[in-house]
Amino acid sequence: MAIRRTWGEKWFDGVNIAVLFVLMAATLYPLIYVAFASVSDPSLFVRHSGLLLYPQGFTIEAYKLVLNNPMIYISYLNTLLYVVAGTVLNLAMTILGAYALSRKDLYWKNAITLVIVFTMFFSGGLIPLYFTVMDLGLLNNRLALLLPVAINTMNLIIMRTSFLSIPVDLEESATIDGANDFTILQRVILPLSGPIIAVMILYYGVAHWNSWFNAMIFLRDRELYPLQLILREILLSNSTDTMMTDVSSVNKTPVGETIKYATIIVATIPILFVYPFLQRYFVKGVMIGALKG
Amino acid sequence: MENPVTPIDVRGGIFRTSRLQAIKKDFAKRKLIYFMLLPVVAFYVVFHYWPMYGAIIAFKNFSPARGILGSEWVGYQNFQDFFRSYYFFRVLRNTFLISIYELIFGFPAPILLALLLNELRNKWYKRVVQTVTYLPHFISLMVICGVVTDFLAKDGVINDAIAFFGGSRESFLLLPQWFRTIFVSTSIWQQVGWGSIIYLAALSGIDQQLYEAARMDGAGRFRQIWHITIPGIAPTIMILLILQTGHMMNVGFEKIILLYNPNTFETADVISSFVYRKGLLEMNYGYSAAVGLFNSLINFTLLILANWASKMAKQTSLW
Repeated sequence: MAIRRTWGEKWFDGVNIAVLFVLMAATLYPLIYVAFASVSDPSLFVRHSGLLLYPQGFTIEAYKLVLNNPMIYISYLNTLLYVVAGTVLNLAMTILGAYALSRKDLYWKNAITLVIVFTMFFSGGLIPLYFTVMDLGLLNNRLALLLPVAINTMNLIIMRTSFLSIPVDLEESATIDGANDFTILQRVILPLSGPIIAVMILYYGVAHWNSWFNAMIFLRDRELYPLQLILREILLSNSTDTMMTDVSSVNKTPVGETIKYATIIVATIPILFVYPFLQRYFVKGVMIGALKG
Repeated sequence: MENPVTPIDVRGGIFRTSRLQAIKKDFAKRKLIYFMLLPVVAFYVVFHYWPMYGAIIAFKNFSPARGILGSEWVGYQNFQDFFRSYYFFRVLRNTFLISIYELIFGFPAPILLALLLNELRNKWYKRVVQTVTYLPHFISLMVICGVVTDFLAKDGVINDAIAFFGGSRESFLLLPQWFRTIFVSTSIWQQVGWGSIIYLAALSGIDQQLYEAARMDGAGRFRQIWHITIPGIAPTIMILLILQTGHMMNVGFEKIILLYNPNTFETADVISSFVYRKGLLEMNYGYSAAVGLFNSLINFTLLILANWASKMAKQTSLW
């Protein structure tokens, strides 16, 4: 549409582009800073002041220390386990619940739905949940990171709404052909639910990857810790000392500085890597969520 | 929640089936479905309703050794202790103020971003901005708080900039007066892009003919935004505003715990972080559970009100 633009509109367009560019820079710069710092020479880096526009020197020493650190390695594997097992459990539970609650003629449906939705409005609180997990004997057990978060109620409702939008005719003809509910779920519903399942994997998977609080309160053994808790020790408690047993004491602090950044990069790379592939599901995910929100 | 007619309603009138028979028949017919629901209901009972029952420790002088049932009742003692304590006003004020700031500054930010994105003519540039601004939503809180701590440290980038312009260096995270600003601005930084998605979707639903008609009438870009775009997304804004108000007193503890320290408790400590500290760190279980229950009740009330209001708004916003 070639509409003649007034001077004011041209000015507006220019400012708009500039404002959004500044926003992008402000969003990306912290990440770029971290990336540059992680490959900087530690002794040059600590002497540097102000914005980092390029790496100060170049060394991958920090990455070597991070990747050789057994705790990083163990916690990385733990996180992968929690993400995969947790997301599989989440999906299975959410699909079962969503399918059952999307059936039309179920006597207890409204009652069960009410029981489930009520938990979005009211919760017993942190302390009672802690004692529930303790009473179940799950303290210091990997299951404590999976079972208490087996279903996210919002996600369950999103999925149910999505199942409800599948034409009933398909299910009816399957029933006439003698299919039971498991067959209908498996052969009719799930094949038609690719996008919503992708959205669920995205939501649940990222939540497990980023989760740390439950691990902090439920786990004692460091061997069970997810990556985020080790990150916490390194980033927020400044305890990089454990990593640098073989670094001479003179250099200790500078290397500690760059180790922080290398750890951040190592912990964030997987997210950055899958991000472009997940992007096409964002809008769908937000929209389905909003409809019922 | 829609209310489909249950079988009992239909059959009850015609066949006079008793309720019990209907239940039995329904169960026999939908055995598999109830079998599927078993783990789901078990999950809700164990991890939601058991803790709700467990919340009665708020009325007890709870000791883990004696268990929930064995501990002695103290009535409203824990609640009274909280209401009378110095912390009551502090955590209530902090929770409220952080919510208000997030409402005033955090709520309009994604709307503004969506409006700006909507005005971009270059679709490629628009996609790039979207890709970049959605990203922080997925970065872990730990990394974000780590970077925030690092940037705001006395030898951090922010202070380097201040020193460069002749200011004096401050340890921002140790100063109570800065906590809320830091908390809210980093939240906006992380969520503004993600939050704009829903408004962009609403914007794409606006009838393009309205713009053409407005241009015919000689309306410029600003008048088009003011008279078409903003009214077009007003219902979405309304609903989201109501929903956010419903979460008013529900400030999550995760980011608070990662950023606060005893120096900033005065402005940083919110209800949920207070519950965590009193309960799990100081093992003051009954007291902490009482504070938690108090918070749950407030949240419950606000959410019910918000839900009711959004239903009203949905009805009236069909203009």
